[in-house]
Amino acid sequence: MPQKLSDVTPIRVLLAPAIHFAKKGEIVISRFYRDDVTRSAADQFLKQVIASKETGSQPPVKLIDGNTFMYTRHSNIYFVAVTRCNVNPAMVFEFLYQTIKIYKAYFNTHKTFEEKHVRKNMTLIYELLDETMDYGYPQITAIDVLRSYINLGSISTLDGDPNETGQLTSQITGAIDWRREGIRHRKNEVYIDVHESVNLLMSSTGAVLRNDVTGKVMMRTFLSGMPECKFGLNDKLIMEKEALERAGGRTAATAHGKRSVELDDCTFHRCVRLGKFDADRTITFIPPDGEFELMRYRVSDNVNLPFRIVPAVQEEGRTRVTINLKCSAQFSYKLFAENVVIKVPVPNNTARCRVKVTSGRAKYEPEQRAIVWRIKRFAGMTECTFSADVELTPSIREKAWSRPPIQAEFVVNMFTASGVHVRFLRVYDKSGYTTNRWVRYMTRAGHYQVRI
Amino acid sequence: MSNSRSARSGGSDSRFFTTTKKGETHELRLELQSPNRDKKKDAVKKVIANMTVGKDVSMLFTDVINCIQTENIELKKLVYLYLINYAKTQPELTLLAVNTFVKDAKDPNPLIRALAVRTMGCIRVEKITEYLCEPLRRALRDDDPYVRKTAAVCVAKLYDINAGLVEDQGFLQVLRDLVCDPNPTVVANAVAALSEITDTGGKDVMQITTATLQKLLAALNECTEWGQVFILDSLAKYDPVDGVEAEGIIERVTPRLQHANSAVVMSAVKVILSYLDLITNKDTERVFSRKLAPPLVTLLNSEPEIQYVALRNINLIVQKRPKILEHEIKVFFCKYNDPIYVKMEKLEIIIRLVSDRNIEQVLLELKEYAQEVDVEFVRRSVRAIGRCAIKLERAADRCISVLLELIETKVNYVLQEAVIVIKDIFRRYPNKYESVIGKLCENLETLDEPEAKAAIIWIIGEYAERIDNADEQLDHFLETFEDESADVQLQLLTATVKLFLKQPDTTQDMVQRVLHMATEDSDNPDLRDRGFVYWRLLATNPEAAKAVVLGEKPTIADDTFTLEPALLDLLVGQIATLASVYHKPPEAFVTKAAPVKDARADEAEEDFDEYEEEDAAEGSSMGGGGGGGAQESSGGNAVDLLDMGDLSIDSGTSNGGGGGGGGGGAFFAPSAAAPPMVKHQVCTAEQGQGLQISAGWANKGGKLSLEMDFANAGPAPLVSLAIQLNKSYFGLSPAQPQIVLPSPVPPGGAASYRQALSTAAAAAASALPMALNPALMAPPGAASPAQPLQCAIKNMTTGAVIYFSVPMDVSNVLSADGQLDKATYLSYWKAISDALEVQSVITDAPGMDVKAVTAKLAARNIFFIAQRDAGAAQVAYYSFKVAGALLVLLEITVQPGQIAVCVRTDAQPYAQPAKALVESILRS
Repeated sequence: MPQKLSDVTPIRVLLAPAIHFAKKGEIVISRFYRDDVTRSAADQFLKQVIASKETGSQPPVKLIDGNTFMYTRHSNIYFVAVTRCNVNPAMVFEFLYQTIKIYKAYFNTHKTFEEKHVRKNMTLIYELLDETMDYGYPQITAIDVLRSYINLGSISTLDGDPNETGQLTSQITGAIDWRREGIRHRKNEVYIDVHESVNLLMSSTGAVLRNDVTGKVMMRTFLSGMPECKFGLNDKLIMEKEALERAGGRTAATAHGKRSVELDDCTFHRCVRLGKFDADRTITFIPPDGEFELMRYRVSDNVNLPFRIVPAVQEEGRTRVTINLKCSAQFSYKLFAENVVIKVPVPNNTARCRVKVTSGRAKYEPEQRAIVWRIKRFAGMTECTFSADVELTPSIREKAWSRPPIQAEFVVNMFTASGVHVRFLRVYDKSGYTTNRWVRYMTRAGHYQVRI
Repeated sequence: MSNSRSARSGGSDSRFFTTTKKGETHELRLELQSPNRDKKKDAVKKVIANMTVGKDVSMLFTDVINCIQTENIELKKLVYLYLINYAKTQPELTLLAVNTFVKDAKDPNPLIRALAVRTMGCIRVEKITEYLCEPLRRALRDDDPYVRKTAAVCVAKLYDINAGLVEDQGFLQVLRDLVCDPNPTVVANAVAALSEITDTGGKDVMQITTATLQKLLAALNECTEWGQVFILDSLAKYDPVDGVEAEGIIERVTPRLQHANSAVVMSAVKVILSYLDLITNKDTERVFSRKLAPPLVTLLNSEPEIQYVALRNINLIVQKRPKILEHEIKVFFCKYNDPIYVKMEKLEIIIRLVSDRNIEQVLLELKEYAQEVDVEFVRRSVRAIGRCAIKLERAADRCISVLLELIETKVNYVLQEAVIVIKDIFRRYPNKYESVIGKLCENLETLDEPEAKAAIIWIIGEYAERIDNADEQLDHFLETFEDESADVQLQLLTATVKLFLKQPDTTQDMVQRVLHMATEDSDNPDLRDRGFVYWRLLATNPEAAKAVVLGEKPTIADDTFTLEPALLDLLVGQIATLASVYHKPPEAFVTKAAPVKDARADEAEEDFDEYEEEDAAEGSSMGGGGGGGAQESSGGNAVDLLDMGDLSIDSGTSNGGGGGGGGGGAFFAPSAAAPPMVKHQVCTAEQGQGLQISAGWANKGGKLSLEMDFANAGPAPLVSLAIQLNKSYFGLSPAQPQIVLPSPVPPGGAASYRQALSTAAAAAASALPMALNPALMAPPGAASPAQPLQCAIKNMTTGAVIYFSVPMDVSNVLSADGQLDKATYLSYWKAISDALEVQSVITDAPGMDVKAVTAKLAARNIFFIAQRDAGAAQVAYYSFKVAGALLVLLEITVQPGQIAVCVRTDAQPYAQPAKALVESILRS
């Protein structure tokens, strides 16, 4: 399938939060990779998508006059790809996401960047656009690699001697394009962060409708040379296999002492040898230097819910609602959750709320249409209660309250809802140095919702 | 990367955007000519900034180009960027840059060599491409992989500019060699280029062999994520020799399902799905398809845009292979904060996966959604409940009770949607849930949308005998009859007639009032027609009316958004492309000229299926009993309807079937249709007084033309001729009366001339100097389309007039581009007024079915559009074009023993001849 991405057009939108301007868009930078898309097509997009504020409700793939627009947003900038061909849309979006990541790295802004950054770095962006895509085909998008030869407009390596550039080009087109040779660190260290986000959807009767964990393993590596790494989680499949091997043919009943986790699915950074994983589930790789996301995984069985929330909502007549909540932390007493926020929705015509809580603070926030209950520190194995008496202004409209779900946010350190833990990380390098390793765990709430 | 500002010599680029002073161009020009390098660079940056915001800076072309000779790579890149943008406007000046390109392509630095090749490929100026060939050839063999990978893509660019050149220069073979390159990135780009050339060129230039296949699979493990996508997408197009090879490839591809990049995952899914059909071993197939589920589910944890793309694709996958995700329905439950477009897609998939096992859970979810905020989503959720009821018989009870609960909420749009789906449920399960009618009727007042109103009216009419005050209810609606939309009016009409047939004593008054309003006060033809039909039925034969109006209706099934098997297969092959997002074949939205498909037969069949489906859908969604009944009767017995026309109910719009029949059975020589262009000698030198003419018909691009070769055996040079044609069947006339030969034909020489003819009946005097002239039409019956065309040519030099005739076949006159797609056909059909329709019935044609008719007509360039069954009869639709200009639409109803022909065309004089033509073809 030819990937003919004709044009990548980041488009700016003036967001006007308080002033009464309408949303107005203009093109900040565009690069035409093919000549079948014209500039006027972009105007169509401005008119039909940005001006009509349809982002969010309409699909991000839109066909206007034979041009397909695919777009995503980053702060107030639209990143738009236009094509007239039957391209691979997933590739287009992945490319747009990657472009955003590249800019972030180059602009040195960790969270978001804005239009001013784009303007300030125009020539750099053109250079990057030239290097990351050719004729609509994504090319080199690895950030570290790009940095090795595109350096803020002044390309030092280009003036260097031919041997060096030869090495560079064979690296950036080679099989291990994410790492260059000859990296040296005084201390060899690896930081591993296991971040999980736990999703829960519970019915008003307390039945768990959906419950799963998505996790990712982030790494920061400072390793010399071209180290070969092998990484292991308490993956059920692999632990059973090992137990079987240890048992040496006898029936294996030993490995049950340690808890293992059944991973539904995982995806890996491109440095991981997928063939090897497919064959025997070992995770082996030569890491990039610095920070990267090694893998993501999904777990849906035997999830440890960090919090249990039991609501009781009563609509008493037309003008009163009483809400009672019980929230209990179900992790070890040695741990605690931070920044717990529980949003308890109330009807639109709420007039007054009287709230009592056993810990933290709760306040009615009209713009959120919810009572927001904040607890800074929530110790494990404890319980808090909440009771609210909500008075409503009588309304003429008959429409019933739609009862959105209660949402919870929290962060629990050194806890994984899935039970995943890192068993080992082995680093082999020719020079045989020793490596220091640190592991942290953290679970935060994803979509943690309880219907009422 | 520590400090972006200090690393840049001249500060930030944003200042280049701010120059909007007068005389700016002049200033820029001076700066561009400045000897100071920094100043020069800044000036170019300003130019680029202007270009970016859409200002035209092409007038600075020469000045910018003069900066090209620079050692500064940043400046060079900027100039190149400018060049790519404006080269087309200044092709001549662009040539000035060629030398620099050629020089750069030999630079010792590979990055510069690649830059030159990459840029040259983007300059779409014909003359440049000549200079591109040599550097490109060298770059394709360059020692440096970076240059080679850039060159590979450049071949695709060049192919787009000049395909012939690429083939002549043998670049395709070089590309194929690059597929075996040791460097994975080069392989990936070569594959991408070859796939693209295959796509645009229409022939397989990729030519995957067992050796290249292994090479590709090896490169898959090594190249970048994008390269993997290119390779996987081209693998998906490969046809494995057998199941064993397919299995081998699938095994090598499955590890890609674990890639972090969702595009790689989707392309891998595509490869596996397209090979899965070849696996004969059921167990192996199950193992492979089981592996697909987890990665598909994982895609739903990605960014919303990817989720959307994935969901559209999953929608196809669950239709094709429902088993893969049958246990995963929970992951498609909507999260409260999902974007609406994601929720909508999830809803569709939930309905596809719903089964007796999970219906409880699904209903709880749908009920929850039906109380959310977004109106459109709520409506779809309510409708989804109805669709579940129609799909799962055993769950229908529970669905109905959920719907009733929702009706209790009294939310207006929920109520309306519920009424609409309940109507469908009644149709699916007749006589089962009528107990809820009472509940529905409580809420009549709140219904204000036509679709909901129409639904409730249908229900009242259908179940009039069980509703105590059905007459009052209908009467209430009748008060506003004239203000209602057409759908509601039609339903009211039908419902009232039903009521009358059930309770004739009390409602006679009412039915008369409705019939009166429908036939006399309304200007909607559908409504009038239906009114007349009912009126006549009631007046002549009430029993027949009962049979028609209260007849049994076919049950319906839920097929909303269901794709036809052929289309589904096509789209499953298109997974991970835009086609799979739009659920349309690529031809429907890719406007670039695609290679012509040879699957006309397939297409016709597809159309046919679609047509049928649409009928069914109509019946289920709107038409209800009355609509369906009327349709049946009209389609089923065309002759009776014609008879009615003769009875002339009111305003006589009918146009009896008489006429026609002209021309004998021996209209056509049974020769093969649409022969290649053959020139016959129509006039020897002797007959032509020294002028020898051969002539033949050519049909190019839908334009009919008469091609003539002249050989001059006379004494004087041949300069110009005048031509006249005798009257003919379709009134062909020359576009211009004079034939001026491009150069005089000396005695003994020969010349070829193409005389275009057209048949644009109405456009006779239009800018096109030649036309089909109704005045030149032969009187009906006097000529046949296969009669040789009589011509007269006058040699303007000698004054000699020569008469001759050119043999003709129907397929000469009917052009090959007469095929319409179904939608166009329908819109044309509707656009032509009924008064222009002519029809007749032939009974002396041998017993033919639609297939035979279609075959017969197809041989004469009359194209099949669609077909449907109407009782014992089969109705088929065709279209054809006369001489590329006159479009004729045709409806043929085949019944045992007779064939009814109905012709519509907006050029009135041609309707009868066209019909006669069709008749004679059928008789032949």
